Amino acid sequence: MDRIPILKMGRFLLVTIQVDMHDRLAMQLQDDLTARISSESAAGVLIDISSLDVVDSFIGRMIANTAAMARVLDADTVVTGMRPAVAITLVELGLVLEGVYTALNVERGMALLQEKVAARGA
Amino acid sequence: MLREAPVSTRIPAFLKSNEKEILQDWLKEQTGAATFRADLLKEKDLREESHTFLGALQTAAQGSIEDVSGEGWSGVKDFLSDLSRSRAQAGFTPSETATFVFSLKQPLFSMLRREMKGDAEGLVKEMWGTSVLLDKLGLFTTEAYQATREDVISRQKDELLELSTPVVELWDDVLAVPLVGTLDSARTQIVMESLLEKIVSTGASIAIIDITGVPTVDTLVAQHLLKTVAATRLMGADCIISGIRPQIAQTIVHLGVDLGSVVTKATLADAFGVALERTRAKIAAPASTR
Repeated sequence: MDRIPILKMGRFLLVTIQVDMHDRLAMQLQDDLTARISSESAAGVLIDISSLDVVDSFIGRMIANTAAMARVLDADTVVTGMRPAVAITLVELGLVLEGVYTALNVERGMALLQEKVAARGA
Repeated sequence: MLREAPVSTRIPAFLKSNEKEILQDWLKEQTGAATFRADLLKEKDLREESHTFLGALQTAAQGSIEDVSGEGWSGVKDFLSDLSRSRAQAGFTPSETATFVFSLKQPLFSMLRREMKGDAEGLVKEMWGTSVLLDKLGLFTTEAYQATREDVISRQKDELLELSTPVVELWDDVLAVPLVGTLDSARTQIVMESLLEKIVSTGASIAIIDITGVPTVDTLVAQHLLKTVAATRLMGADCIISGIRPQIAQTIVHLGVDLGSVVTKATLADAFGVALERTRAKIAAPASTR
């Protein structure tokens, strides 16, 4: 079964979703990511969904949950590169990703993460 | 009932032999009518149109005069559609347009009376047939007129939608959406889409939604606004709502709408000030951390 790779960049973990998300893949990602955050004691997670052009309520919730889990494990989470159609769908579904930082692209997301982690004094 | 109207009508033949007279009478009828718009229509054009219509009618009537949905009547109908369209665009009223067809009754009836002197039974039948036919054609004209007007209305509606939802770039990284008019679901959708697209294409980090031109804010409009703000946030941009008038502020609070999570400012200028402050801070930040 294919997995979504999780890359380590300094104290941050980088996840880019490049394939169509299906439910099992999303569950797998959740497991992998939480495990990696705790093993690496990462300070921040960046999830890039710029190549995701379709979301349903399940995937939307998975993104929200994954982000929330990362926060529980004391890592700030930034979701980047969301497409307009995806944003509208999530809003219509009532999933506004509260407590998750968002940025327009990976570059800005990284800057934002650094800023937030620096502000926390971690 | 007069269901079994004339099997073979003599109207086409009469039309042919009396063509000049009918045209003359008809023109007199039309120009003399209270609904004649000398300001919009020249008599020469009217003569031309009337002549063409009589010709088409004569050809079509050689088939059945009962069923105007047949193929033989397509010529007449096309002509009437064109006529209605041009009249509707020129500013004629529906009755002025329909009078074109209805005013033909008088000349046709007097022609029938002349031609069928003595044959009372036949005269009644032909008159009934003619009357029904002209009624149908008159109604068709009105329908065509209506369709033209509806086209105009729907086109204007589309134009209005396009006009009323511009997204403007105020500054580097700062977008503004000046909303004018009532917000409904369809408009919110368009505003949201165009705003999000613009955020992607310009890479803006702050969007200001100015609602100075929105006359009323009810719970539905407030919900639409909140949705737009949420979608903007998901894209990674901040949203400021400006232009909230005192009455609207009161309404929002009375309705119990929670705008707590949204930055709101009284005027667009204030919101712009905040946006500038934030972008400047943002621009300075990477330099210090690097």
